[in-house]
Amino acid sequence: MIETIPAADAATHRAAQPASAAAARGRSRRGALTPYLFVGPAFALLVVFGIVPILVAAGVSVTDLDLRGLGDTDAVRFIGLDNYRRLFGDGEFWSALGNTGIFIALGVPVIIVGSLAVAIALSQSSSRFFRLLTGFYFLPAITAIVAISLIWGYLLNGQFGLINYVLGLIGVDPVPWLSDPMMAKFSVALVAVWRASGLNIVIFLAALQSIPKEYYEAASLDGAGEWRKIISVTVPLLRFAIFFVTVTTLIGWMQFFDEPYVLTRGGPTGSTTSISLYIYQQGFQFNEFGFASAASLVLFVIIFAVTAIQLRARRLSHD
Amino acid sequence: MTSPLARRRARLAPLAILLTVGAVLTAFPFVWMLTTSVKPLSESRQYPPQVLPSEVSLASYQRLFEDLDFGRYLLNTVVVVLISFAGLLLMAMAGYGFAKFRFRGKGVMFALVLATMMIPVQVTMIPTYLLLNGAGLTNTLVGIALPALVSAFSIFLFRQFMMTISDELLEAARLDGASEARVFGSIVLPLSRPILAVQAVLTFIAGWNSFLWPLIIANDEEKYTLAVGLSLLNQQLSINPPLQMAGASLMVVPILIIFAVFSRHVVRGFTMSGLK
Repeated sequence: MIETIPAADAATHRAAQPASAAAARGRSRRGALTPYLFVGPAFALLVVFGIVPILVAAGVSVTDLDLRGLGDTDAVRFIGLDNYRRLFGDGEFWSALGNTGIFIALGVPVIIVGSLAVAIALSQSSSRFFRLLTGFYFLPAITAIVAISLIWGYLLNGQFGLINYVLGLIGVDPVPWLSDPMMAKFSVALVAVWRASGLNIVIFLAALQSIPKEYYEAASLDGAGEWRKIISVTVPLLRFAIFFVTVTTLIGWMQFFDEPYVLTRGGPTGSTTSISLYIYQQGFQFNEFGFASAASLVLFVIIFAVTAIQLRARRLSHD
Repeated sequence: MTSPLARRRARLAPLAILLTVGAVLTAFPFVWMLTTSVKPLSESRQYPPQVLPSEVSLASYQRLFEDLDFGRYLLNTVVVVLISFAGLLLMAMAGYGFAKFRFRGKGVMFALVLATMMIPVQVTMIPTYLLLNGAGLTNTLVGIALPALVSAFSIFLFRQFMMTISDELLEAARLDGASEARVFGSIVLPLSRPILAVQAVLTFIAGWNSFLWPLIIANDEEKYTLAVGLSLLNQQLSINPPLQMAGASLMVVPILIIFAVFSRHVVRGFTMSGLK
């Protein structure tokens, strides 16, 4: 008797198991579609507007598609690598590439060092006043670029701009901020730095808050002063945040478009035409879709290569 | 003999002054925008310039709505923002799907989602224009909102958040006979309120400010958003600064209000989008 009970138990157990497994299978078969219904719509949109365009760009870049070709697909011809050949022979392309390099050299170091310095200063106190100041620094990051460009265009105006007036008070001659080719590059970069710093300050602040207080206390016990602590404790511990900000800032500036488009339309005489603005002009002002697509793929390859090199360098420095 | 607190204060004071100067300089362009927008035309081009207007004139705002079509641009912008909120729901759904289900192809699909983050908009803008043109969606408000309707990054953030929801809770609801839609609608969404709030604010800001897609997709003035309408005022610079600054204020002030009310959400959202 005693022995049969576990046996009976085992029997019912054995019988129950397939039954519940079948139920589970039945439920999962009914529910097999469920995850796809949840993920599907957003996924489809991302594929259509994120993945498919790359393939379309690659296809279009070997054709002479223009405005006429949009209406009449028979008029579109396959022209092989002609667009790429033309691109590399185009002086304006190289000058746009050069301008983008100058923008990066002017802007990226200032953004990284500047926002790190402001963030470290802001992190010295957690008072309400310092939090309010953080908000002020963040404002440009969330306001529309078009509005920003209008405001700065007015401030930098050569004739009645406020900035030239203030400089005049201390005896500086009027500066042709936006009408001189060299100054225009500087002004456009200045506005971009002003706009981009807030976000990076907030990112650095978040990283600063995650540094344990004990590290600073230990450094104080060792007799380290404020500067010493910043150089020997803060900066090394922010390595990841600094790397992250560098990578994203660099990617952003390689795609530099908004500020030159609205402030100067790439002028005077192409001196502020970035590579992105060049692509936009070829595509949407001259309607050379094939040619512009070729240029956009070249930009993609450059961005991809620079990012890959940075990631590789980081991995090497960690080993 | 000074107390540690007093010493700390003394050390912080110069820093606070420096930071305040920086903050005022950073925010000053917005002050200049607001004060200029209510100046009479003559005063705005006066030399030397005055920061405060001698009299407050709303004439520029009136012109935006009466002589120019800013009422329509404003309405279009609101519609584009509302359409982007539909995207918010789709992204929350996708985040839930990736967080809480196992299914064939999940790994590949998620990798594709993340891959779209690395593709610059300059590569996608021409093909996207061609695609929307083929679908007859150029020059429509839906066409303006569609390319940016879902973002890989937001899906990623939703997924990260929803992974923390307990499986037992969802399973219990299913055993009680709740449908999958109901589990999502009455358990997952309410529990995800913090991330939804952050994403809603960011979606509003991104939709309101978006410039490139409206510029490319809207050819007809009927379909312009505030950003595109405002960029047309650019040519007016030497002619009418108060009109331009009134247009700029119309775009910036709503965002400033949102920021003042939800600043915690905004900063947290941007920090998340930065650090992950």
